[in-house]
Amino acid sequence: MASHTVTFPITDPQEILKLRAGDEVTVQGHIIGIRDRTQIRIFDQGVPPPMDLSGAFLLHTAPNVRKLGPGKYEKICIGTTTSARMVRFTEGLGAQYGVRAICGKGGFPDEAIEPMQRLGMVYFAIVGGAAALETTQIEEIEEVLWEELMPECLWKFRVKDFGPLTVGIDAHGNSLYHDVQAAAHEKLKELYARL
Amino acid sequence: MSTVATDLQKSVQDAAANLYVSALKDIPQDLRDALAAARDRETSTPGKRVLEVIHRNVSIADEQKNLVCQDTGIAVYHCNVGEHFPLHPARIYEALRDGTERATIDHPLRSNAVHTITRENTGANIGYRLPIVHWEFIPDWDGLDVKCVPKGSGSENMSFLKMCIPADGVKGIKQFVLESIVGAGGKPCPPGIVGVGIGGSADYAMHLAKEAIMRPIGTRNGDPLVAQLEDELYGLLNETGIGPMGLGGDVTVLQCHIEHADTHMTLNPVAVNYQCWAARRASAHIGPDGSIDYDREF
Repeated sequence: MASHTVTFPITDPQEILKLRAGDEVTVQGHIIGIRDRTQIRIFDQGVPPPMDLSGAFLLHTAPNVRKLGPGKYEKICIGTTTSARMVRFTEGLGAQYGVRAICGKGGFPDEAIEPMQRLGMVYFAIVGGAAALETTQIEEIEEVLWEELMPECLWKFRVKDFGPLTVGIDAHGNSLYHDVQAAAHEKLKELYARL
Repeated sequence: MSTVATDLQKSVQDAAANLYVSALKDIPQDLRDALAAARDRETSTPGKRVLEVIHRNVSIADEQKNLVCQDTGIAVYHCNVGEHFPLHPARIYEALRDGTERATIDHPLRSNAVHTITRENTGANIGYRLPIVHWEFIPDWDGLDVKCVPKGSGSENMSFLKMCIPADGVKGIKQFVLESIVGAGGKPCPPGIVGVGIGGSADYAMHLAKEAIMRPIGTRNGDPLVAQLEDELYGLLNETGIGPMGLGGDVTVLQCHIEHADTHMTLNPVAVNYQCWAARRASAHIGPDGSIDYDREF
């Protein structure tokens, strides 16, 4: 299992294709915070995001912040939420808006594997609940759009040494979550027989 | 209301405000020990990476006095109210609500409370029937114990109920707990505490499952039959291989706690309420004179 550093947004698709499920990744550059209501607005209500998402790294988050002025926020505690609720937006994010990486906790179910492979996308697993550490890796909240959805706005963060992340689903059709579930279901048969 | 009762209500409010914030920042020692043991025991590469990050995260939260996890949760309290405690539970509830609101605004904390239909935010982590309080009433006593357990949604979403039938027996209970935790995978932020409620009725089984996750890690049910089931399920759950954050590994759960109630002869309910690894919990004892002791776990 290799270790990589990737800077987002990416312009070269190879940056995603070199990543394999299980690899460790540290992220630099800019990442975009997004959540349930943000994506419901984009896809169910048909409102295009007022931010360029091509080559982007999206983080499933809704931060604790302190408002400093119009559109200006200071971080208090920023962590990551459960991704599975938002799996149905994967294809649209990749195909319509050019998103290349989605980061969250708990993984995506198998329906994400095919679109991620077809569109050259990757899912990064972060450690859920490890928000105190994550907050130190976010240098600044540079932009906040759709403030009326607070805290489920579109957030632009500048990060330094963000991670370590684990590649949960790669762009080659591999998913750690699929493999762990398959093995666990086999194991359950054995455990049930012992009960 | 008399002056004495007003002062006492203020003490309970202060306790609630302090407990909510301290629970979010300073995780209990029994949890720290369990997480350290998990880190020593885990052998998978992604699993070790997760437990190492958790360890670093807890240290940073301590150093920076920051929240351990960004999810400030739904505020849940457990109160043991003495028969002679000189403040009525109606006012205790008001104080817990006001304390939750005050902590949320003053810190400030993210407010998660929304109307369940409109999804519009209802205030500073308070709303209709929020916070949630579990009550117990203690005869021949004049004190009040308050425990605050902010419950994150990632793990609360992984709650499961099955109305097993008597013929399913204890085997049915074990199978349901196992299939629930495997199905939950990485979503509830494992390794955490699996709270199980058995017996009673459908609603009461889930209530008991929540009571189970509020216990200090590794404590055992007073009924030896139930305690034996806790031991057995704890072992079985860690054989599933789900591992830290569902990425595969040896440590899927830190513990399994069970609370039980007697039930109807044709019922066999089993409820699972998952508590993520950030099992936040803080307690205080409030005397009839309004004095607050924050170091008293119950």
